[in-house]
Amino acid sequence: MDNQNIQDKEAGIVVTYTAAKQPTCLISKWETATAELSARQILKLILLGLALVAWYPIYSQLIPFSNWITYDLLRITRGTHLGDAVSFFFLDIPKVFMLLILVIWAVGVLRSFFTPERTRTILAGKREVLGDVLAALLGVVTPFCSCSAVPLFIGFVEAGIPISVTFAFLISAPMVNEIALVLLFGLFGWRIALIYMSMGLLIAMVTGWIIGRLNMERQVEDWVYEIRMGQTPALLQKLTWMNRIDYGLHQVKDIVGKVWLYIILGIGAGAAIHGYVPEGFLAALMGKQAWWSVPVAVVLGAPLYSNAAGIIPVVQALLEKGAALGTVLAFMMSIIGISFPECVILRKVLKPRLIAVFIGVVTVGIIIVGFIFNAIM
Amino acid sequence: MKKLQVLGPGCPKCMELAKRSEEAAKAAGGDFEVEKVSDLSKIMAFGIMITPALVVDGVVKVVGQVPSVDEIKKIIS
Repeated sequence: MDNQNIQDKEAGIVVTYTAAKQPTCLISKWETATAELSARQILKLILLGLALVAWYPIYSQLIPFSNWITYDLLRITRGTHLGDAVSFFFLDIPKVFMLLILVIWAVGVLRSFFTPERTRTILAGKREVLGDVLAALLGVVTPFCSCSAVPLFIGFVEAGIPISVTFAFLISAPMVNEIALVLLFGLFGWRIALIYMSMGLLIAMVTGWIIGRLNMERQVEDWVYEIRMGQTPALLQKLTWMNRIDYGLHQVKDIVGKVWLYIILGIGAGAAIHGYVPEGFLAALMGKQAWWSVPVAVVLGAPLYSNAAGIIPVVQALLEKGAALGTVLAFMMSIIGISFPECVILRKVLKPRLIAVFIGVVTVGIIIVGFIFNAIM
Repeated sequence: MKKLQVLGPGCPKCMELAKRSEEAAKAAGGDFEVEKVSDLSKIMAFGIMITPALVVDGVVKVVGQVPSVDEIKKIIS
């Protein structure tokens, strides 16, 4: 910490030094900049507060709203296939977007406390089993996208974190997807959300542990062990609350900007299934009796890649038509958790054998979870 | 002269940050040198694990985000 303070002071000295060259101009500029900023920040906080207060009253009125659009505005007859599909569509669109915006923002603020650098510090020096458990939990809250999987992996290896712990983290991050978690909570209730989360964590811990037992250290590309990391920059150590709120808003802009199309397509597909596929139609195909449907769903899902937000409306519609929960969850986990692009990226640091083991172990894990679910629910 | 370094192995976000940094450097009008760093060992020597990142005169200023051109202008000037 002391070290950081010194760095800060040094940065401060440099700034005043350059400011001394043109004092009046820069100082007045600086003053107007801060004055403008704080007024804007206050306005932003007020608007955010209003939005938060208004959120629930609006959310609770979505069913009447979708009925009004479908049956009054568009004049579709009640009880028809088209009516069912259209009202599903107009209910899920605002619902999913409202949940998504609120949750991504809240998760963004939460995540600003768990930077990968801090996670690395927490995990370094932990014994394997405790490390696996912690890593899986931290994987849920630590922000990272698949492009950062490689530097993250190297950073973990460099800190001396065991392979099993590193994999527990890398598996849990996509497996327990926070967007999926919240949408499951919003659309199906807390029980399914909780089951999804604990199963994802369990897979991450157990598969990480198994990969650790297989002595895979030699299957990491050699150059990875030669990289030396620098000191964590001061920037990542001091964040104000305003920074955290802004970070959350940035995340909303980033993620919603990227996935909105997937969501609309997903809800469209879900609406079509909801309206036109007969009740119980999927029971024979994806129901509990069809044991083979779990592996088939996982194998089909693995090469598919979609965003969690796009897949959940489809899941909702499939469940309604008699598909078994375990089968559907397994399908979803394999779509979200095993992604081809990520494997290509990880190939930079992992030899093919380890990639194969990684995919294999996770696939088997998801299949087992699917079976367990179908057996107990 | 100020030195801007954009760190990233070449993902879409990194390229966007590089593009915006160049725009911001032009708009700010000062004397800037913009360098793209894609070598992982060099990136990690800055102590970060999340890309893209923006480094101004050796100090890490942005990690894991792509700020707007205006925001970058403020950061670098």
